[in-house]
Amino acid sequence: MNLSVNFAGLKLKNPVIAASGTFGFGREFSNFFDLNRLGGISVKGLTLEPRKGNPPPRIAETPGGILNSVGLQNPGVHAFIREEIPFLRQFDLPIIVNIAGNTPEDYCAMAEILSEADIDAIELNVSCPNVKKGCLLFGSTPEGVSEITAVVRKVCKKPLIVKLTPNVTDITQTAKAAEASGADCVSLINTLLGMAIDIEKRKPILANTMGGLSGPAVKPVAVRMVYQVSKEVKIPIIGMGGISNGEDAVEFLLAGASAVMVGTAGFVNPGVWVETAEGIEAYMKKHGFGKVSELTGALQE
Amino acid sequence: MNFDTIIRKTEKLSEGIYLIRLHSARIASKAVPGQFVNVRCSDGLNAYLRRPISICRVDRKNNTVDIVFMNRGKGTNLLCSFAQGDTLDAMGPLGNGFTLPKEKERIAVVGGGIGVFPLLYLLEESHCACKTAFLGFRTKEAIVLQDAFHRTAQKLVIATDDGSYGTNGLITAPFMAWLEAERPDRVYSCGPAPMMKIVARACVQKGIFCEVSMEQRMGCGIGACLVCACKVQDGDDYQYAHVCKDGPVFPAERLIF
Repeated sequence: MNLSVNFAGLKLKNPVIAASGTFGFGREFSNFFDLNRLGGISVKGLTLEPRKGNPPPRIAETPGGILNSVGLQNPGVHAFIREEIPFLRQFDLPIIVNIAGNTPEDYCAMAEILSEADIDAIELNVSCPNVKKGCLLFGSTPEGVSEITAVVRKVCKKPLIVKLTPNVTDITQTAKAAEASGADCVSLINTLLGMAIDIEKRKPILANTMGGLSGPAVKPVAVRMVYQVSKEVKIPIIGMGGISNGEDAVEFLLAGASAVMVGTAGFVNPGVWVETAEGIEAYMKKHGFGKVSELTGALQE
Repeated sequence: MNFDTIIRKTEKLSEGIYLIRLHSARIASKAVPGQFVNVRCSDGLNAYLRRPISICRVDRKNNTVDIVFMNRGKGTNLLCSFAQGDTLDAMGPLGNGFTLPKEKERIAVVGGGIGVFPLLYLLEESHCACKTAFLGFRTKEAIVLQDAFHRTAQKLVIATDDGSYGTNGLITAPFMAWLEAERPDRVYSCGPAPMMKIVARACVQKGIFCEVSMEQRMGCGIGACLVCACKVQDGDDYQYAHVCKDGPVFPAERLIF
């Protein structure tokens, strides 16, 4: 069966992409499975200059999920191009580069540099909840999303994906702003801002106090948001949030996504990406779908 | 992806401390002292993440691996309910182990609480001239695997926080006194951070080779998610290394406590 999907200038052999921030640059998981089995990879969020990230503890376990506050620890865009692209190009794998910055200039500088690099798409991270400046500040309002998307669009020669935060009153407003400002695609959801407390120490578990919630716990919120956004925008949607298997992924596709990203579940089960693609295929066989794109938005209402 | 192992034995070593003996050729054939396995405590959403547990002993002939843990939360509490014959999903071995000593060298290990388990594995795999073990426990009842340490080490010093057995107080006191008189070739430490800090600092000052095994809350256990950060020297600056992939064993001089 053909699981390929083709949207926003991206050609994926299957609709399952490794989600940014959960998969590094692919090296670690390549010891556990053949990365050629992935539909694509969205690499760890990059900034113009290297970042150290937040102090530990950076993770707290919560029911059905985790809070993280890594804080964009990364080697910077230049080291990525020099050291990680050659590694990733050993695989037949579209490379989506997730970028974050403090200022519109940061985003533009990275988009310009990456437009000349051997990559397949740029994912604008305007939704990281774990850094003090920029990023989520832009993503929290339609005006902020418009501003960043529009300036990056001018210099970006690659397909442009805008990754949306769920930490807003109405995600369709930021999605529409991204579309109107030139995004080729939106991906959602980034993590939900959360907090966990150690009641014995009477202190937050995370050194950064708050962090981003991901994992199965967020899935219903994510499906709902993908559904709402699909009603309001015409550009394709990459859905994510708590996907652990093919059935979960099919929910996102039916809600309106053209592809999905899977991340946190891989910490527990490194086979989750391959199994999710297989699960989508099994569902399609069972229900007589010939192409993944037939599933997108095929919700019976 | 299958990381299944079969549980051959479970044993309560002391109050809250449990041993599980896994049968796994995959782990037994590759493991080195200092490494850990990342185990799944439930299939469900309760205790969602895997739990990193250090390897305490490996029997290569019988392909068994002993792991020891403290029941101190949701995940480890679920682990306590596993029994002989059950299947346990254990990824690994993961992480970097200790640098084993050379034949003629003299080594010391300094362990506290549940930090003593990887040190037992290290001692049993170290075929060198002289091995001294300094172990600290809260109280007499918390002392575990004393016979095993006694068999493998030429000298064993035990301290208890409450003085109910051995030296009264922290294990760092007898270790530091010993270090004034002796000059070991290598020192290894695993346990509470304040203990390791004292050991590491003393060894670095004296120019003695020292490795310590760090602990931090982990996500993936393989170096992809970057959550188990640990502060290390980077020239005049610092950076965050990751306990699961860059450690858990680090050269003492690299760490910033």
